[in-house]
Amino acid sequence: MTDLTRISAAELSGLLADGSVSSVEATRVHLERIAAVDGDVHAFLHVAAETALATAADVDRRRAAGDRLGPLAGVPVAIKDVLVTADMPTTAGSKILEGWMPPYDATVVRKLRESDLVPLGKTNMDEFAMGSSTEHSAYGPTHNPWDLERIPGGSGGGSAAAVAAFEAPLALGSDTGGSIRQPAAVTGSVGFKPTYGGVSRYGAIAMASSLDQVGPVARTVMDTALLHDVIAGHDQMDATSLATDWPSMAAAATAGLADGALKGVRVGVIQELAGNADGFQAGVKQRFDETLALLSAAGAEVIGVSCPNFEYSIAAYYLIHPAEASSNLARFDSVRFGLRENPADGPITSERVMSATRGAGFGPEVKRRIILGTYALSAGYYDAYYGSAQKVRTLIQRDFQAAFEKVDVLVSPSAPTTAFKIGEKIDDLLAMYINDITTIPANLAGVPGLGLPMGLAPEDGLPTGLQLMAPAMQDARLYTLGAAIEQLLEASWGHTLISQAPELRTGNTRSAEGNN
Amino acid sequence: MAKANLMDYDKALELFEPVLGFEVHVELNTATKMFCGCANEFGQGANTNTCPTCLGLPGGLPQVNGKAIESSIRLGLALGCEIAETCRFARKNYFYPDTAKNFQTSQYDEPIAYEGSLTIELESGRQVTVAIERAHMEEDAGKLTHKGGASGRIQGADYSLVDYNRGGVPLVEIVTHMIEGAEADAPEIGRTYVAAVREIVKALGVSNARMEEGNVRCDANVSLRPRGSDTLGTRTETKNVNSLRSVERAIRYEIQRQAQVLSAGGTIVQETRHWHEDTGTTSPGRPKSDADDYRYFPEPDLVPVAPSREWVEELRATLPEPPAERRKRLQAEWEFSALEFQDVVNSELLDQVEATVAAGASAQSARKWWTGEIARLANVDGVSPETLVSPGQVAELVALIDSGTLTDRLGRQVLEGVIAGEGNPAQVVEARGLAVVSDDGALIAAIDDALASQPDVLAKIRDGKVQAAGAVIGAVMKAMRGQADAARVRELVLERAAE
Ligand SMILES: [Zn+2]
Repeated sequence: MTDLTRISAAELSGLLADGSVSSVEATRVHLERIAAVDGDVHAFLHVAAETALATAADVDRRRAAGDRLGPLAGVPVAIKDVLVTADMPTTAGSKILEGWMPPYDATVVRKLRESDLVPLGKTNMDEFAMGSSTEHSAYGPTHNPWDLERIPGGSGGGSAAAVAAFEAPLALGSDTGGSIRQPAAVTGSVGFKPTYGGVSRYGAIAMASSLDQVGPVARTVMDTALLHDVIAGHDQMDATSLATDWPSMAAAATAGLADGALKGVRVGVIQELAGNADGFQAGVKQRFDETLALLSAAGAEVIGVSCPNFEYSIAAYYLIHPAEASSNLARFDSVRFGLRENPADGPITSERVMSATRGAGFGPEVKRRIILGTYALSAGYYDAYYGSAQKVRTLIQRDFQAAFEKVDVLVSPSAPTTAFKIGEKIDDLLAMYINDITTIPANLAGVPGLGLPMGLAPEDGLPTGLQLMAPAMQDARLYTLGAAIEQLLEASWGHTLISQAPELRTGNTRSAEGNN
Repeated sequence: MAKANLMDYDKALELFEPVLGFEVHVELNTATKMFCGCANEFGQGANTNTCPTCLGLPGGLPQVNGKAIESSIRLGLALGCEIAETCRFARKNYFYPDTAKNFQTSQYDEPIAYEGSLTIELESGRQVTVAIERAHMEEDAGKLTHKGGASGRIQGADYSLVDYNRGGVPLVEIVTHMIEGAEADAPEIGRTYVAAVREIVKALGVSNARMEEGNVRCDANVSLRPRGSDTLGTRTETKNVNSLRSVERAIRYEIQRQAQVLSAGGTIVQETRHWHEDTGTTSPGRPKSDADDYRYFPEPDLVPVAPSREWVEELRATLPEPPAERRKRLQAEWEFSALEFQDVVNSELLDQVEATVAAGASAQSARKWWTGEIARLANVDGVSPETLVSPGQVAELVALIDSGTLTDRLGRQVLEGVIAGEGNPAQVVEARGLAVVSDDGALIAAIDDALASQPDVLAKIRDGKVQAAGAVIGAVMKAMRGQADAARVRELVLERAAE
């Protein structure tokens, strides 16, 4: 009997559609897998076993009744805890929201439900998505399924670890500076940051509004595309949502499987991110160079391009991001929802309760960024900091424009290193921040980015990731090329990368229902 | 501050030149709020008109209300402003429990309308042109109610309640440039300016424009410059002055207060001040400096607003006649005295009188009924006159009186019937049988009866003591239950007595 947790969402939907497997079965095996391994992995903050099984049973009933269902109907999915859900607590990894039950669903969650996917639960993340390791979750770190001593990336380490540990075939993530692509790289999974405005942000707890984008996480490019098709599209609740008729990403991925899909494709190698810069691990560079050679051999034209302003991207990002976050997080004041903490002594006034609540409810990284952002927006500093950062953003957009005049797609490693040890960089913030150097430019420019496995680094046997970037709105192009490259790489390895992940110890059980 | 600490107004003006500035907030009457689909309604149950966006819940996002943009552009145009080709919203960051997100979505360096002017006319006939710096869009805050404690104020309260129904209601804030040269007219300029803005938003139909409900709120900036100096004084900002008379009083008070402080060698603190209607005084609020740091930055959740020039011109074509011009025109057309016209304006019955005249009544009759009996009855009921009767009904009533079917006295009874919902005037006349008895035969019969029963009176009349006829006329009117023309009765009494 096929292990339903090991197959792709596309394969699982085939089995569900032809009736050989029920959604209840598929959901149950994933819940069992979570119960078996999540005690070690800690990908989930909340598991909704009962409602998941009820949803699955409902899908099975409607399928039996002959209802027309969507392509992913009955397939389990994990949801990053930054997305509000009316039937599951939503914390964004923060104590300040512990136990909060939102009165509404995020638009993407509503779309999952309308397409009859089965939400399994909420996944762990760095508090308010601030971090690259999931160590900043108020509920404890998530562990990388490839090596439990290591980080699964961040902020969406929970979603990436959930798919990499076969706890869910699909997951939703959000990507502000790489929070989908970098965890995908270090867990050997696939993640996609859509064009800014391609997916609704309504109900995604905002960190940096102009950078945040919700996107799909899976183990294959095709699965990622299938989930992308479910969540994409205009939403009148999000004023920055694009009124675009998006082509089918799944069809685009299918097109990439045809012979010669890479022939004549102009692949731009960003010199500034090609691994010659400081901080790139040798094994990452080696796998990247090998991938470029494979692409050339497959008929692609590999061209070096320069994006000189990318070197300012981290500096700009760490001004824009905290500035917007400091304002977005102001609403966590205890007045309408979430934690309320009275001051230890002295009078109880709203101002002092707000202050005590925020002091108790926010973790150190969140406080650090609020202070940074508040400072960057202050009168007299605005032009020097936030204003200059916005100018850098324009320069980075121009670098992309110039590059895309010469090439069809830009490539770089998704992350400069493989997964580091939990605790290794927690006291070296700059080292942590530098980790996002490859992914941040796409957020600053609003262009789409796809991260997929690029092989294991020889020196540590851990996954590396390849990042593809295309001009804004050209998300489909990335799925076509991503599927083609995935096929090329897997042919060269003779297997999928994720199949090489070590077996996890089972039986270190966790309670199945909600342990926020 | 006790009144004793106020300098005499004339003396204050001798020593100082007042410099003014105004921020007027206009609450728009759009069906929904500025950034969400919640109803923009007054008087609903607390926190019923709310959603994740206007409650500032995690994940909520704003969407711009197109109708509010339209209203703002029309208001900007009516104030003679330029309309921005593109403008952005900005976040004004500050923590306060009535502001759900702890930032107000407003406009900062890119207002939708800028550089306009409004010319007002004072009672003396002096014309003052107030330069408008900008009119920008923003959202209102929720409403705080302080419970416990003696005063209902925040100081000493046990706890406070927040109602976010008003949170997110669209506002336009109109900011003037500094107004110099006001001199002793400063308080009247304040009142007249706010009245003019209110009149404009009302004529545009973009706001309910009721100051008592906070639809129009004025913050008045006052500073004093010593005569002979060209350095501006420190200003105070008196917040939320919510009636026209209060605007005038607050400015006058601040001039007298500041003059006293300055003359005594003190300094004026730059601060907001609260206006107290009951005592007619202001008291210190919070210190305010130009360096108040709201950490403004462009609202990343919204895209820029870029009204096309075609749309702006379409909206310009919808502007009503400017209220000041309209008043001049109507006063001339109706041939009212200044006093008569002011009476109509002050009673806010210009629209009603105009519509009644348009329906065929004479201007004087329309004025008399609206500012007289109808206003009196409205006052008794505590409602607005226009809610009682329509201009068409008043015109019909006037026509019945002009034709002699009704006397003024009967007219008042008919009006009561109309207000009571008995139908239009003609229907009330019919139903209540109120028409003047114009049948001489019936009158003569009644007169003969009256004369017969009062022979002494008849004798007096015949003796030439005509004034004695009053007793007979009274008896006849009584017999006719008032439905007779008293002048005609008098004529007939004299005729019959002579026979
Ligand atoms: Zn609302």
